[in-house]
Amino acid sequence: MTHTGTLGWFARHELRLAWRDWIWLLSGGRHRRARRALFGFAIFALFMHGFAFTMVARYAEIGVEADKTTLIVITGSALLSWSVMLSQAIESVTRAFYARADLDLILSSPVAARRLFSVRIVAMALSIAVMAALLAAPFIDVLALRGGERWLAAYGVVVAMGLTAGAVAVALTVALFRLIGPKRTRLVAQIVAAVIGAAFVIGLQIAAIMSYGTLSRVAILQSDWVVQRAPDAGSMLWWPARAMIGDTGALAVLLAVSFVLLGTAILVFSPRFAQHAAAAAAVSQVPVRRSGRSRRFRRTTPMRALRRKEWLLLRRDPWLVSQTLMQLLYLVPPAVLLWRSFGEASDAPMLLVPVLVMAAGQLAGGLAWLAISGEDAPDLVATAPVSAKRVLRAKIEALTGVIALVFAPLLAALALAAPDAALAAAPTIALAAASATAIQLAFRSQARRSHFRRRQTSSRIATFAEAFSSIGWAATGALAALGSWLALVTGLLAAATVMAARKLAPSHS
Amino acid sequence: MAAMPPMTSFQPPLAVAIRGLFKTFDRPAVDGLDLSIRVGEFYTLLGPNGAGKTTTLRMLAGLLPPDRGAITVFGHDALADPVGAKQLMAWLSDEPMIYDKLTPLEYLEFVAGLWGVEAATAEARARELLNWLGLAPQAEERCEGFSKGMRQKVALAGALVHEPKLIILDEPLTGLDAGSARQVKTVLRERVLTGSTVIMTTHILEVAERMADRIGVIAQGRLIAEGTLEELRQQAGRSGTSLEETFLALVAQEAEAS
Repeated sequence: MTHTGTLGWFARHELRLAWRDWIWLLSGGRHRRARRALFGFAIFALFMHGFAFTMVARYAEIGVEADKTTLIVITGSALLSWSVMLSQAIESVTRAFYARADLDLILSSPVAARRLFSVRIVAMALSIAVMAALLAAPFIDVLALRGGERWLAAYGVVVAMGLTAGAVAVALTVALFRLIGPKRTRLVAQIVAAVIGAAFVIGLQIAAIMSYGTLSRVAILQSDWVVQRAPDAGSMLWWPARAMIGDTGALAVLLAVSFVLLGTAILVFSPRFAQHAAAAAAVSQVPVRRSGRSRRFRRTTPMRALRRKEWLLLRRDPWLVSQTLMQLLYLVPPAVLLWRSFGEASDAPMLLVPVLVMAAGQLAGGLAWLAISGEDAPDLVATAPVSAKRVLRAKIEALTGVIALVFAPLLAALALAAPDAALAAAPTIALAAASATAIQLAFRSQARRSHFRRRQTSSRIATFAEAFSSIGWAATGALAALGSWLALVTGLLAAATVMAARKLAPSHS
Repeated sequence: MAAMPPMTSFQPPLAVAIRGLFKTFDRPAVDGLDLSIRVGEFYTLLGPNGAGKTTTLRMLAGLLPPDRGAITVFGHDALADPVGAKQLMAWLSDEPMIYDKLTPLEYLEFVAGLWGVEAATAEARARELLNWLGLAPQAEERCEGFSKGMRQKVALAGALVHEPKLIILDEPLTGLDAGSARQVKTVLRERVLTGSTVIMTTHILEVAERMADRIGVIAQGRLIAEGTLEELRQQAGRSGTSLEETFLALVAQEAEAS
């Protein structure tokens, strides 16, 4: 029996909540769905192992004494993953401050809140590490199968990365709290998280484009310029890479450092967590904002009113706009590529087609969720004298307008640089956007717009279907731009993904 | 057994006629409900938690499809022609659902747009309602910082801006301070005086006692008693008692009978 209020007691409490949350995410509250989801997960894991085999099997023979270029590429890729982990960790820490949930209960109870926060920091770091390990598992397994068990050390590196990401995120968020106060930290931390998540990959791509005219980030890591300036192969900088390849000594040091870092973060920052959480609750998160110049009511129709409302809500919410348009950050490198190849007879613009199509699918998915599921006044709209079909049509028209606004200029620029590529991109962009919308429509469920970040957890099937259909249409666009008949095959696969997702979707009466 | 409205020399037409309404979730929530509400009447539905009040109102408002039964609103078959019926109704729940990023005026413009109210008329009504509800100073502030009471008043203004003939309210006074509750009650009374019909659920029996023309008591999805306070007392066999005692006696009798 664990004594109440101790670290162990809190850990058990957190573990129970986390477990039930996971089960709910997988099953949506239904046991039969949990079994189906587990089966689907197994199939997906198998598929990912196959995919990983094609991607990394040839690197399995890399030895512990790898050359400098290899160490640079491994370190660069690890840094890339770590930046994504850090981004997630900052999000989690911010949520721990601002999401009230049970905080009022805990903070008003006579137990030491620092114990809860210590447990929560560990849980957050571990959940990030476990998630990363799950994603990396197919690649590590394939490398271990082909190159020997030494590759299993990579799991240890992933755990170490998760722990350090957690520690740095805690320090960074607390620093933000102290520097700019609880009022601004929420928005700034979320923007910092998104920028950290995207900046590294985008930076590498832009550097690669400027130097080599390619979207590959590996190109810059393997370049003479980088190799000449990087430290020698014996440097401590490469220990994480060496640990990944199977250097147990480096792994032990890496794990020890990460545990010390996280322990220090807990010791230093957990007593202040309660203080900051209370401060976050005390500030009015919403300063009074006036709409600006008073204007007369405009003549309208129900459809126009619905469309205008969607656009107005999107425009008025900088956080939502940043979350939605963050995906468009990934369009910066292709835009640079387009700009560089403009006027030159090169195939580079063809590379843009899949990127644009993929971005359109992802953007449409986010916007469709906001318009269709993220309705803050569902009862009002449902009791209005407008049929449900017309409401949906108006909302879809609103999001189509936004997609057109974002992609029309890019398509126009592409058409000037490479008309063939634009001809392939335009229909596939439309198809990717339509598919993502159709999936969101099938999986619609009522939610608050502020829960946008949790939309992916509401249905894993919808999330994966959206990603796979976007990938399918991106491949179709790329193949069509190259004039390959294989575009038909990938197009059919993308369409089949959408149809399968709709079959699996809950029925809407 | 539910009592039907007493016959008088003048019977106003029916605003709402519900016949044989059924809705089952994991157990019957509404179980063969019959309800008649006259035009211009302030009707209050009372019942213990889980009695089926909200489910009934949500079906009436077109938010929930019944398993079977018929709902007529001012002669419109609300199940066959929901859009036609909705044109005449407004719905307000205890949890005001408004858009945080819109101002009260923008919210009312949107609602008026949904109901197809002409712009100039809608604006005049919106400003009048906001004045009436004491929200004029906040008319152009975004709703995100509003208190529960202010949000409820914005939602109420939204329910009234298209001048509905039938106003359906589910616990509209929950969480309101005394001042806000009084403003809401005054506005609703005014609406009834100008000919609107109001159907409301509440747990505040004093509100039902003071405001309702007729009260329906619902338990286990069935209407177990209906009438004026005096008629309810008679049905409960307790003359001169408060509505609270009458209500508890009726619910206890129903529980014993079932």
